[in-house]
Amino acid sequence: MDLMRARVLVVDDDPALAEMLTIVLRGEGFEPSVVRDGSKAIEVFREVHPDLVLLDLMLPGLSGLDVCKEIRGESGIPIIMLTAKTDTVDVVLGLESGADDYVMKPFKPKELTARIRARLRRADVGTAERLRVADVEIDVPGHQVTRGSEPISLTPLEFDLLVALARKPRQVFTREVLLEQVWGYRHAADTRLVNVHVQRLRSKIERDPEHPEVVVTVRGVGYRAGAS
Amino acid sequence: MRELFGWVRARWSFLSRSLVVRVVALTLTLSTVVMLVLGLILQQQITTGLLRSKIDAATAEIDNARVTVENSLSGADSDPSSLREQLRLALSEIGRSDGPSGAQGSAAGVFEPVIVPSRIGSDTDLSVEQPVDDVPAELRARIGQGEMSYQYTTIQRDGENLPALVVGSPARTSTDSFEVYLIFPLAGELGTVQVVQRTLLLGGIALALALTLISALVASQVARPVRRAAASARKLAAGDLAERMPVTGPVELATLANSFNAMAEAIRVQIRQLEEFGKLQRRFTSDVSHELRTPLTTVRMAADVLHAGREDFPPHLSRATELLVDELDRFETLLADLLEISRHDAGMAELSPELIDIRSSITACVAAAAPLAEQSGVRIVTSMPDEPVVAEIDARRVDRILRNLINNAIDHAEARPVQIELAADQEVLAITVTDSGVGLRPGEAGLVFNRFWRADPSRQRQTGGTGLGLAISLEDARLHGGWLQASGSPGLGARFRLTLPRRRGGLITGSPLPLRTGADGAETGLLPRPDAAGSVAVIEAGWIEDGDSGLDPTTVPSVGVGGHLGADLLGESADVPGPESSTAAGSGSATSAVSTVGGTP
Repeated sequence: MDLMRARVLVVDDDPALAEMLTIVLRGEGFEPSVVRDGSKAIEVFREVHPDLVLLDLMLPGLSGLDVCKEIRGESGIPIIMLTAKTDTVDVVLGLESGADDYVMKPFKPKELTARIRARLRRADVGTAERLRVADVEIDVPGHQVTRGSEPISLTPLEFDLLVALARKPRQVFTREVLLEQVWGYRHAADTRLVNVHVQRLRSKIERDPEHPEVVVTVRGVGYRAGAS
Repeated sequence: MRELFGWVRARWSFLSRSLVVRVVALTLTLSTVVMLVLGLILQQQITTGLLRSKIDAATAEIDNARVTVENSLSGADSDPSSLREQLRLALSEIGRSDGPSGAQGSAAGVFEPVIVPSRIGSDTDLSVEQPVDDVPAELRARIGQGEMSYQYTTIQRDGENLPALVVGSPARTSTDSFEVYLIFPLAGELGTVQVVQRTLLLGGIALALALTLISALVASQVARPVRRAAASARKLAAGDLAERMPVTGPVELATLANSFNAMAEAIRVQIRQLEEFGKLQRRFTSDVSHELRTPLTTVRMAADVLHAGREDFPPHLSRATELLVDELDRFETLLADLLEISRHDAGMAELSPELIDIRSSITACVAAAAPLAEQSGVRIVTSMPDEPVVAEIDARRVDRILRNLINNAIDHAEARPVQIELAADQEVLAITVTDSGVGLRPGEAGLVFNRFWRADPSRQRQTGGTGLGLAISLEDARLHGGWLQASGSPGLGARFRLTLPRRRGGLITGSPLPLRTGADGAETGLLPRPDAAGSVAVIEAGWIEDGDSGLDPTTVPSVGVGGHLGADLLGESADVPGPESSTAAGSGSATSAVSTVGGTP
């Protein structure tokens, strides 16, 4: 995929902000398209086939959360929320409805493009690497996760998270380290990102999410891969 | 024994406050007094009435007796033996219808007659059997003067003392004069009075008891609705705003119930309004947040685009663009801080605690502050335990507190090192951020956590803080149930200490780290200030719930009063046997201050 020509779908009702986003994204070499109405977002999404979605949480028509869920229902492509709300509940709700990352308004253009690039950059696909965590099999170049013969569908972000843990099975990852490795944050950021996505990942790959075996919590420190 | 006494007293003080007990006690006392007075008066009346009728009957009887004596003894012989015979006759004549003891039944009851011839007096033995000795001498004296009279006396009959009425009258025959006495034993009257007394006593007791019982009933009738009202008020106070009293019973109580219900309704309406207002306030905060942030984002991005291309601008436009971007940064920070503090004010701030090794937060915050530290030429020294210090905290808020404290320290450090220390025990953890910079002057006590307060307005700021950072940090610490405190001396530096419970909802009773640096710097080795003894300001902020283990009195040579809530701390520090403890405060050059900001949550 040509990173520089990546298509970004901007879902935002504020015309000035949408236009400004277009200017900035174009300036950074992306190919933006804009939809201002939440209820039309999914249609445009199907037409455009974007590589990434920038989604404002406060939208007329359909709420940003619903749009997020709809898109997530069809595709695992990266979704970055734009949010003006800093309250834990709002951020967590957004992440739980499927967003991979979020950017808090007001943000700097560099911050936004850094987030977009981080989400578009894929994990190195080198050798024909196969990993195993607990009873889960990971085919890294093939982006396939299976338990026995049963495939498990993960979003790219969840896949990256799982691979990061599985590559160093004995290491305990703090949330900060995971934020850096998976999300590409260089400085301390919101550790709720990690919490929410670990929950999402567990709900897909664990036999019993209440008693996780694949992604194990190390109390007070972080997470590590379960014993294989 | 003392315990028993205390129990009784406590019991009594409770009972004396009970309406029913009071009413009953009062009724019992008053009705007893009334019964007593009434009984005495009644008894007096009855006794007087009895005696009066006795006297009336006795007077009639003595008249008869006098006539009898005058008739039967007229022309009596002066010879003693014949006189004796005549006397016997007269006596039996008076007591004609005789009873067993020679007494007679009449309207006045039984009596014993005595006839004494005046001529010879009682000293002459007439050998007539009559109880002359029972007649009192006073009475005889009066009769001797020719009057009719009576007197009460006590006589002995069958070995018993009896009250008796003696009526006497002079009797004259043509030849001689006599004294006639009738002795009425008052045994019957005594019996009657005793019966009356017993009756009155029993009746009085019964009546007092009955009254007491009635008053208890009435009082409890009154008290029951009062209790019900109290129960309703309690429920209302507990938050059950729908609680109402039933409007039943007598008018007064129905009025009480009506008033109570009206009050409850008014309170409910008020609270609803306040809730509504609070909701609106919260909504407003949220809306302002969103409405401001969206255009600000556009402006921010436009400014950054301009900024990126500023090389192509003429110099003045280029500079204007730089100013625009810089001030936008400030504006953004200020907006974020304002929204945060208004969220705290609206009570919307929520804690989302998770188990975190606090060391990672410190490391991250120090790393984030590194560029600023480097720019200011400040070295940051961190000392932390080797093992993880896991605590249930809201990482976002604690990070913000640490960032604020570290930035603040760097800002005031004057290129001297800043030390960050972490210590923990089972229950609490403490982080101190110590600088050796400008410190805090006396009088600035308690101001550091005030909104928009600046130590020195003329000082150049490097971090461009909003003036809300420490105020927000204090709120964040409070949300954790923790302390955020500051101490410092002018020109010597300041120390901020954050103390947090390691478990959510845990209570802090002390802090593992001292709030003050030792006067000789021995505690940290960072502040070698042997001259510190003359000038120490101590500023406390946060929650001082009890004696602070970190306060070493020996490091406080003098203490003055600064700030408004420092009384308890001052009291503690006033015991310090400092060489200047009395002079410093009075000389007008007090160099230290103690104060507390905030309060006990």
